[in-house]
Amino acid sequence: MKSKQVGILAFHGDVSEHIETSKHAAKNLQLDIKVIPVRIKNIIRHLDALIIPGGESTTLFKLCQREGMWEDMGKVKNIFGTCAGAIMLSKSVIHKIPDQKTLELMDIEIDRNAYGRQINSFEKDIDTSLGRIHAVFIRAPKILSVGTDVKILAENEGEIIACEQKKGNSYYLASCFHPELTSTVFHEYFLKKIYQN
Amino acid sequence: MNNRLGKNLAQMLKGGVIMDVVNAEHAIIAEKAGAVAVMALERVPSDIRATGGVVRMSDPTKIKEIQAAVTIPVMAKCRIGHFVEAQILETLEVDFVDESEVLTPADTQFHIDKKKFKVPFVCGCRDLGEALRRIDEGAAMIRTKGEAGTGNIVEAVKHIRAVNSGIEELKKFIKSKNIKKLKEKAKEYKVSYELLIKTAKLGRLPVVNFAAGGIATPADAALCMQLGVDGVFVGSGIFKSSNPEKRAKAIVDATAHYYEPDKIAKASEDLGEAMKGQEISALETKMALRGI
Repeated sequence: MKSKQVGILAFHGDVSEHIETSKHAAKNLQLDIKVIPVRIKNIIRHLDALIIPGGESTTLFKLCQREGMWEDMGKVKNIFGTCAGAIMLSKSVIHKIPDQKTLELMDIEIDRNAYGRQINSFEKDIDTSLGRIHAVFIRAPKILSVGTDVKILAENEGEIIACEQKKGNSYYLASCFHPELTSTVFHEYFLKKIYQN
Repeated sequence: MNNRLGKNLAQMLKGGVIMDVVNAEHAIIAEKAGAVAVMALERVPSDIRATGGVVRMSDPTKIKEIQAAVTIPVMAKCRIGHFVEAQILETLEVDFVDESEVLTPADTQFHIDKKKFKVPFVCGCRDLGEALRRIDEGAAMIRTKGEAGTGNIVEAVKHIRAVNSGIEELKKFIKSKNIKKLKEKAKEYKVSYELLIKTAKLGRLPVVNFAAGGIATPADAALCMQLGVDGVFVGSGIFKSSNPEKRAKAIVDATAHYYEPDKIAKASEDLGEAMKGQEISALETKMALRGI
């Protein structure tokens, strides 16, 4: 199989954690994947997939826009976003700041910092469609509603916390928690999708 | 309590700039510029130096005003050893407490027992021993102290290098399996042997480490990043300059693109006057010397 290029948006956030987890996932699956930290726009067009890490969605948006990579980011065929990354993928965002934009690729409505401040951050074991995993929620968002084409992958107390959407030739995966901190399961699932897609 | 979640929040801040702000207006400028968090305080360090007197935790009204104005994390400072100020900040639900040498210390013998709190703490350090002592006490994040309010990067560089060389030394000992030396180091630093070994094996601090104290230009921020820190705190450097909006954005850009001189050059263009800055030898108070 041909080697695939997976970019990790690398300006800010838990970038090294995503790089390590992606490499482990590729190794577990014995896939020939090249993991590339992305900070310059020229790389974007050559990617088979992009992972947007946890961090501050306001900061990530501004840095992507200033780098002039915003348009091209939306054209990457496979994108996986965790926490701030999930916000970046959402069509509609509650509590965003006035000049903040998102890629609007997934038909989901998401609420930033929906559980409250850091004191309300938590971790727990959660059943997902991909198996039981230990999920860490850091000033996490909540997915309030999803479109009919969106498949829910995990819920916590009735609230959607992970989902996926196939849109034509494109594939998107979003989680409100941080699988990169505890597991390779979501990354393996995402990497497999790149080859299927 | 659970300081793992605090360490996780610090991981999410990596690569970012945390800015000192004294009111909602500043906080909004910081957020717009792309700050990953703000530090709420009554006066920026250079004003603290100018006015003197005992400097304490901010008025809760100010902190609430800043929390209401922005969506990014809000941190606040308490005095070294002043665990009641920390309790107040926890009640206010700040996202991180900075047990900071910039305020007047409340205890010369003990830092706060940070493990008793749910809110995470960030603490300053001058060298590896001080960083590890704070981590042993429960700090979820470390920042090098630098010399706050001076606009002079020299002390921040000194402290980053001291932490780095301390870690290099541990790596050497663990590579040569020199248990005796490692035990001596744990004793010298007054930290647990487990933490020392963990640090040696990782080859870095086991928590996120930012630079602070004296960062005034985009180049200063990038210098700290190239020396190996995970992000930067900027205090007086932004709001004591002639064009805070532009400088704040420039420092964010330089921190994100720290290894690209052309981008740092572009960020450095036409920023107006930087804060005036001071020679370290001319200072009346060296804040970095506070704490043990």
